[in-house]
Amino acid sequence: MPASDTPSVTRRSAMAGAAASAAAASLPPVALAQAPSAAAPAGALEAPVTATLSLTVNGEAQSLELDTRTTLLDALREHLHLTGTKKGCDHGQCGACTVILDGKRVYSCLTLAVMHEGDAVTTIEGLGRPDSLHPMQAAFVKHDGYQCGYCTPGQICASVAMLEEIKAGIPSHVTADLTAAAQTTAEEIRERMSGNICRCGAYSNILDAITEVAERQA
Amino acid sequence: MKFDTPAGANPIDQLKVVGQPLDRIDGPLKTTGTAPYAYERHDVAPNQAYGHVVGAGIARGRVTAMDIAAARAAAGVIAIVTTLDTPRLAKAKRNAAPLFGGAEIQHYHQAIAVVVAESFEQARAAAQLIRVSYAREPGRFDLAAAAGSAPLVGGDSEEGSGAPPEDRRGDFEGAFGAAPVRLDQTYTTPDESHAMMEPHASIAAWEGDRLTVWTSSQMIAWGKADLATTLGLPPEKVRLVSPYIGGGFGGKLFLRADAVLAALGARAAGRPVKVALTRPLVANNTTHRPATIQRIRIGAGRDGRITAIAHESTSGNLKDGKPETAVQQSKLLYAGANRLTAMRLAELDLPEGNAMRAPGEAPGLMALEIAMDEMAEKLGLDPVRFRILNDTQVDPEHPERPFSHRQLVECLSRGAERFGWSGRNPKPGERRDGRWLVGMGMAAGFRNNLLTKSAARVRLDREGIVTVETDMTDIGTGSYTIIAQTAAEMMGLPIDKVRVRLGDSDFPVSAGSGGQWGANNSTAGVYAACVKLREAVAQRLGFNSADAAFAEGMVRAGNRSAPLGQAAGEAGLVAEDGIEYGDLAKRYQQSTFAGHFVEVAVDAATGETRVRRMLAVCAAGRILNPKSARSQVIGAMTMGVGAALMEDLVVDKRLGFFVNHDLAGYEVPVHADIPHQEVIFLDEVDPVSSPMKAKGVGELGLCGVGAAIANAVYNATGIRVRDYPITLDKLLDRLPEMA
Ligand code: FES
Ligand code: FES
Repeated sequence: MPASDTPSVTRRSAMAGAAASAAAASLPPVALAQAPSAAAPAGALEAPVTATLSLTVNGEAQSLELDTRTTLLDALREHLHLTGTKKGCDHGQCGACTVILDGKRVYSCLTLAVMHEGDAVTTIEGLGRPDSLHPMQAAFVKHDGYQCGYCTPGQICASVAMLEEIKAGIPSHVTADLTAAAQTTAEEIRERMSGNICRCGAYSNILDAITEVAERQA
Repeated sequence: MKFDTPAGANPIDQLKVVGQPLDRIDGPLKTTGTAPYAYERHDVAPNQAYGHVVGAGIARGRVTAMDIAAARAAAGVIAIVTTLDTPRLAKAKRNAAPLFGGAEIQHYHQAIAVVVAESFEQARAAAQLIRVSYAREPGRFDLAAAAGSAPLVGGDSEEGSGAPPEDRRGDFEGAFGAAPVRLDQTYTTPDESHAMMEPHASIAAWEGDRLTVWTSSQMIAWGKADLATTLGLPPEKVRLVSPYIGGGFGGKLFLRADAVLAALGARAAGRPVKVALTRPLVANNTTHRPATIQRIRIGAGRDGRITAIAHESTSGNLKDGKPETAVQQSKLLYAGANRLTAMRLAELDLPEGNAMRAPGEAPGLMALEIAMDEMAEKLGLDPVRFRILNDTQVDPEHPERPFSHRQLVECLSRGAERFGWSGRNPKPGERRDGRWLVGMGMAAGFRNNLLTKSAARVRLDREGIVTVETDMTDIGTGSYTIIAQTAAEMMGLPIDKVRVRLGDSDFPVSAGSGGQWGANNSTAGVYAACVKLREAVAQRLGFNSADAAFAEGMVRAGNRSAPLGQAAGEAGLVAEDGIEYGDLAKRYQQSTFAGHFVEVAVDAATGETRVRRMLAVCAAGRILNPKSARSQVIGAMTMGVGAALMEDLVVDKRLGFFVNHDLAGYEVPVHADIPHQEVIFLDEVDPVSSPMKAKGVGELGLCGVGAAIANAVYNATGIRVRDYPITLDKLLDRLPEMA
């Protein structure tokens, strides 16, 4: 995932707020009463800060006026109604929200939309349609590389970008020789796909699907 | 259609479409992101607002005050519904914990408010401004501490595995005392979370006093009835729609707070409201698989025959909750004249424990099948041989009652041969592969086959297209596809001439998805409706329905024939029926069986366990679609790896909640954890189960896997871990000396 060095103040303060109930619970037992309506974060009462954003999604130019707290994931799902990209955790823990951003896979829940001015995003809808499947989509159907289908768009976007990473010679944790060209082995694929959870447990079939596409590309 | 005698020959037996490994018909939608899940229905109701759920920060006590002034004044906020200004809602039949309303808190993250705002960001931010005051009361959160005084309680998981508080056959104590070889061990399984990828989500819209909820539910009819009860509405005013479900595993069997609060939020806001539980709420706000402490005693003669077997399990739950029925399979799996099962239930103040994939059998077999491995070792018998020796073809508690079909022995011997079991070194800790200690383990798998009525409607149009409508759900199980295969087979059509519409409470009530009963019962319901449609077609064409044959889109009788669509005419034809069962399930014990085989490697230095190979051999009646059925099994095997090696909802015993309530803290298997998995289905038809002659596999694939892994770890290391999950800290100080 491309690291972001842009401080995202809004998200952090939201997380600090989210921790409040847990913090309250960790106080010693007995009375837990908090001073009513103590420090309400200033600014939260006011209209949200918005920004205009232009980006390309699946080859189409899009212009959005967004609350700056909006993640790329919610911009896609709630504003552009591209709901193929899924929200499994909203915390960078599952991979369901994986999209391809300027050729690289990212968790779209972990990046704010306003950080992507001018960027090009490919979502699952941009890879293929039901009547014209991308080879990776077709391979997932053929190998039954899914069950409930909820992790599937993320798995497919991740696998498409992941094969490009191998081609580009980017090593992984299991690459034994960092100077040799990375190989498309089962071990490499499993390692590189481990940021995409499938609770239905379709892994063995997903591997078969990816392997077939990789072999055809080779 | 009443099914009360074993099925004879019927059109399904042609197996032109049924039984074929066809690609899923919903595959192109799922792989292109065009299958709509609950939270994504921008199309169904305009002007949707966003609801954010707030969970209680204490496990037990009362909410004494909620200051919502700042939240109410926050930008974009439309409405706030709090538990203090809502009278306690009626608790529906299938909920142990109240979902909303009133000051009393029964578990951590119980919903206490929903904030409705114009945007997701505004609702979330405003929710953080609510200040809650609590009067906390002490709670009971420690199962081990409560187990000693837990009373005997019977129960039924609602997913078919039930057992009385205590059940005895023969004289267990006497026979156990006299047995020359004995095992008496205690095993524990932790609380587990379903952790399905799609969190619970609902969109609610009111039209006057009518409520429609687009949601993520495995059981439409249960959800509709329970939502009506909870909100005090007549059931006919409630509609539930759930065509795609992003995983359930039992976590979406029951009405949950997302649907209730979407409905209340929508009423307060005066417009449709969408609510998804945030990931951190899923573990503590919803249900989980309860932890167990299981004592198993087995006595056998030196010949390896079991003479006495006892399985006792203790679990905990909220006041109105049920026990985890972990003893269930021990009533049926092995022979032995003297038997005892018992369940104890401790009252705890943790979130509600309830069904998770194979409730009862999944944790029960995790214990029983280690015990069998230990016992085999004591007897000096091969574990496969020991199980085969104790096979039974009748219900051991009621010997007059045979199994309808039981191929456990075949599963085990076929699996042993395929897996290369004879190459296993029976002496543990002996096989090395570089830094790895390598071992093999196996276990029997067992899960009951449940019969429950299921209905469907089928429509035929003049193009010869058949459309099936039923409130059945597809939670990843392949329901869309096997239902289409069933209708295609019955009507003599290729599968692309069948449309399937699921998951809508306006459709006939089906079995729903739970207890691995979905496939057999829902397709049997479609079979029944198609039988009626065939009669209607024959009648419309003036053919004798008894000899009308349906094939290649044509209907033939004698020397007459007509295209199927012709019978439909302008208006089309509609038929509706369902399957209902007589007493076959009483006369025959119906169950599914598996042999699970696993090879693991344990790092001799770090204790890290890696699963190298997995094989499941399953006997589960006719397999309706080998491709999607295989997926069910490998998915379950994957969940079994999680249960054996990593899954553990960690209880904070002071404050009373599951600490690791997200997908970073609650670890489930990822790609790197799962090797190639092999599944073999034995050739089997079971005419006692339904006209489809099928049974379920979705839970069978999980039952026994955990123990097979535990036994493999033992074989690799010589270390017997009886407390799941088998994490490296439990191995580290006992690993063999490094050479
Ligand atoms: S939704 Fe982004 S990683 Fe889970
Ligand atoms: S297909 Fe259900 S989570 Fe992967």
